[in-house]
Amino acid sequence: MIKYLFNFIVFPGFLFTAVIGLAASWIDRKVTARVQWRVGPPWYQPFVDLVKLSIKEITVPKSASKPLFFFSPLIGLSAVILASTFIWLANMGSWSVGFSGDIIVVLYLLTIPAIALMLGASASGNPLASLGVSREMKLMLAYELPFIIILTVPIIKSGGILRLADLVLFQEANGAFVTSISGVLAILVGIFCMQAKLGLVPFDMGEAETEIMAGVYIEYSGMLLAIFKLTKTMMLVAMPVFLVTIFWGGFSIWKYVILLVVIILMRNTNPRVRIDQAMRFFWGKMTFIAAMAALLAVMGM
Amino acid sequence: MSLKLKALTKSIWVYHLSTGSCNNCDIEILDLLTPRFDVERFGIMLVGSIRHADAILVTGALNLKTIPRVKAVYDQAPKPCVIIAIGACACGQGMFKNGPNTPDPVDSILPVNIYLPGCPPKPEAMIAGIVKLIGKLREKK
Repeated sequence: MIKYLFNFIVFPGFLFTAVIGLAASWIDRKVTARVQWRVGPPWYQPFVDLVKLSIKEITVPKSASKPLFFFSPLIGLSAVILASTFIWLANMGSWSVGFSGDIIVVLYLLTIPAIALMLGASASGNPLASLGVSREMKLMLAYELPFIIILTVPIIKSGGILRLADLVLFQEANGAFVTSISGVLAILVGIFCMQAKLGLVPFDMGEAETEIMAGVYIEYSGMLLAIFKLTKTMMLVAMPVFLVTIFWGGFSIWKYVILLVVIILMRNTNPRVRIDQAMRFFWGKMTFIAAMAALLAVMGM
Repeated sequence: MSLKLKALTKSIWVYHLSTGSCNNCDIEILDLLTPRFDVERFGIMLVGSIRHADAILVTGALNLKTIPRVKAVYDQAPKPCVIIAIGACACGQGMFKNGPNTPDPVDSILPVNIYLPGCPPKPEAMIAGIVKLIGKLREKK
């Protein structure tokens, strides 16, 4: 019991993932600044932002539904902590942890932060927030379909293994899935879905700060906003590590850095797409490629 | 210096509030955020929502239409929050001093922390003013 609590709160759950996520978000901001020919913030900037937000006043709109407004940040944060704990433990040689089917549980846990964001934003009663919620919801419907299809690729190729730690062991024995054609197609789709799940630039229409003023976050301030930012930061760790775990044969630092660089470059070289373009992209091309990958996996390629 | 004060002065998110200005000061504020001056080095970012703001940049002479709206915006801002009056109009009404449509100067409505005069002030002048404001805030507490 104590061991599980330790895993959940300190290592590798909350604190560990948060520290890595803050470092990653600093790298993100610094590289963005260098791409735009600027100097960029100092290394402690994301941490200072969090501390500052947590000592500011929390304002609650008159039209808000208060319990949901206060609890939805916590729902999102606890889901991402649990997901990252599962993902890290599967990579750390603790082969006894997890259970058959935990890949499905992690899949659902990774969708909860977006749902919590939608709940909180729609509880705030702001029209711009509800616009952001509608976009976020459509985006989520769009990217979940190809994401679930590509998750079948490692399961088919490993002959029905549903446990993260076993998938890592299988890849250590038989080579990573990304070395086959179906694996390459699947991780390609996975990278686009990851960008949409993280809400970064080509797919950030839910919080487009130039048109709907931070959309879903618009009514949040102080500690609650800090929790949402922390959730997003931790997703920046959990999602790439999840992809590395299921397709690329277990975590190592350089694999994570490569995926992070891909995310940052994609975010800096693309404009924001409209919501209908994003849906057409995910339900059209991406679902087609994901289905091809699953078909190739069935054929054993 | 305490961690609280350091965090508050190292990460200032600004909200841009135009109260009927001629857009000259607004353009200079946008210049301040471009790569040439790069205020993100000091943790200063432009935010779109007043709920995220730590500093409100007020430009323009307040007129009858904007007075109630400015009051509402200030009430919605999470405290602690500083007010920075930018430009001659926001500091002392400028050429609109005796105008029938502009009865009150900004500092009779909002507790202004620092005045940055000029028509418009240069980005360098704004940076100098904000540095002085940070020094004042750190001394006071």
